[in-house]
Amino acid sequence: MSPARTERAVVWSLRGAALAAAAIVGLIVALLLVESIPAIRNLALRLVTDSGWYPAPAATDGSFRITPMVVGTLLITAGAVVIAAPLGLASALFCRFFAPPGVAAIYRRLVELLAGIPGVIYGFWGLVVLVPLISALRPPGASVLTAIVVLALMILPTVALLSESALRDVPQRHLQAAAALGLSRWGTIAGVALPAARSGIVTAVILATGRAIGETLAVVMVVGNIVQIPSSLLQPARALTGNIALEMGYASGDHRSALFFSGLILLVLVMLLTALAAWLRGDEHDHA
Amino acid sequence: MTTREATAPRGASAAPPRRRGDRLAAILVWAVATLVAGVLLWIVLDLLRHGLVHLGHAFLLEAPRDAGRAGGIAPVLATTGLILAVTLAVAVPLGLASAILLSEFIRRGSAFAQFVRRSLEVLAGVPSIVFGLFGNALFVHYFGMGYSVAAGGLTLACMVLPLFVRASEEALRAVPDDYRRAAAGLGLTRFAAVRSVLLPVALPGILVALVLSVGRALAEAAALLFTSGYVMRMPESLADSGRTLAIHVYELAMNVPGGEGNAYATAIVLLGLLLLINLGTALIGRHVLVRTGE
Repeated sequence: MSPARTERAVVWSLRGAALAAAAIVGLIVALLLVESIPAIRNLALRLVTDSGWYPAPAATDGSFRITPMVVGTLLITAGAVVIAAPLGLASALFCRFFAPPGVAAIYRRLVELLAGIPGVIYGFWGLVVLVPLISALRPPGASVLTAIVVLALMILPTVALLSESALRDVPQRHLQAAAALGLSRWGTIAGVALPAARSGIVTAVILATGRAIGETLAVVMVVGNIVQIPSSLLQPARALTGNIALEMGYASGDHRSALFFSGLILLVLVMLLTALAAWLRGDEHDHA
Repeated sequence: MTTREATAPRGASAAPPRRRGDRLAAILVWAVATLVAGVLLWIVLDLLRHGLVHLGHAFLLEAPRDAGRAGGIAPVLATTGLILAVTLAVAVPLGLASAILLSEFIRRGSAFAQFVRRSLEVLAGVPSIVFGLFGNALFVHYFGMGYSVAAGGLTLACMVLPLFVRASEEALRAVPDDYRRAAAGLGLTRFAAVRSVLLPVALPGILVALVLSVGRALAEAAALLFTSGYVMRMPESLADSGRTLAIHVYELAMNVPGGEGNAYATAIVLLGLLLLINLGTALIGRHVLVRTGE
């Protein structure tokens, strides 16, 4: 083959590979949809109106109310984000504005380490350390609160690292101008740095929210997994992700399909968040 | 913090509340930083305190006994290695090809490049349990692989692909354009330039991408529960089911009363491997800086 033809063949095979890589996400959506069809057709509104979650392979034999799991996921996610967002942001401000350079470098390394700890290890730590602690407060210990704390720890590094990089993108001359105008350090941060980095920080929180919604085993290990809408944060509950993890092993028929459908809900939620984050970032670039 | 305060002007009436605000903010962020550092220390020390007693070379080399309460993790380590091998065997060629295409052969803003990049971005956000469902439906059932090392490895390959593509694309883009011009000046085709100039120069960066992907795969558990499964035997082929380190920690902690001791020890092994990887990327990163003279 001539060099030009080889080159063309190479480019086309590279295109094929890239297309295959890009197609995976479509394949995931398609498969989840296909597997969800029995649940959508046979259960439909019963996913909300049934009396409880007593799944069976045939729709007629069981009851399939997934509302408690949806509430569980939303509660745990919201709680984790409410804790992790301010703490993560404070962490980023510490690195960027408060810590001496040496300390900031070590601290950043440490947050990166936290980001690298597997969910399973967070969950295990929560199970052997936090659950007994919270159980002393009020049994059983495995509760929405425990899951919130574990999850907040897990997503804090995401907020911290991404917000810090957003803060680093704020031009130095803006900060100097603020100082020259006589703003105090906190005045500079609150009046200049945070507003300038706002969309980056919001993106960080959104991406962290996505992680929290999708986290599975760390939550399973500490939340108690009882299917109920908890009346207090100290009660156990079950998340959508955990429900899938706990039941996929033996589920079949409509039950299995209902689990795929809850996976589809998770996927759609996370995709909406990703799209929101991308849109915010695009917005920022347009202004720049 | 005192030096910065000195630069703040002395507006007579406003200065005290300002300084108080600065001090309060400083106290708060230092408290948060201490808290975060403290929790990391707490987690690591707790693991070491309870896990080290179970750890020794026998733990790494023996088969588990009594549902994992006693004995070691040899088959778990073997399964973890096999699954990683499958993951990399699929993700590296596919990912490298995509990265080469994106960085060298098509315009950054072209529709196809945008499409690939957006798709991979969305893929990166897919929750791991959804990867588990996907892998279970596609590899375990449609492809008839059953719960197996192969199905688990393929699922993880899909999962680490976005990370690998992005990191190796960055490595390729970091190669100065002088190299491309020099290669073109010598009459090399673009593909020849990629093979004999760009890939070798970008190799350290691509290694970082690879190591990051290994780290991501090692940490994963939810995607493997229903693809590779949780059998504890030594796998004899890629068609056998097996559990990784992360799954072993989960199973021992959740489903084996009295399994905490070995769960601790396994968690230390897992964390140790991840720390090594972290160190590895740092070292390779330094090597890159030295070579490009930055």
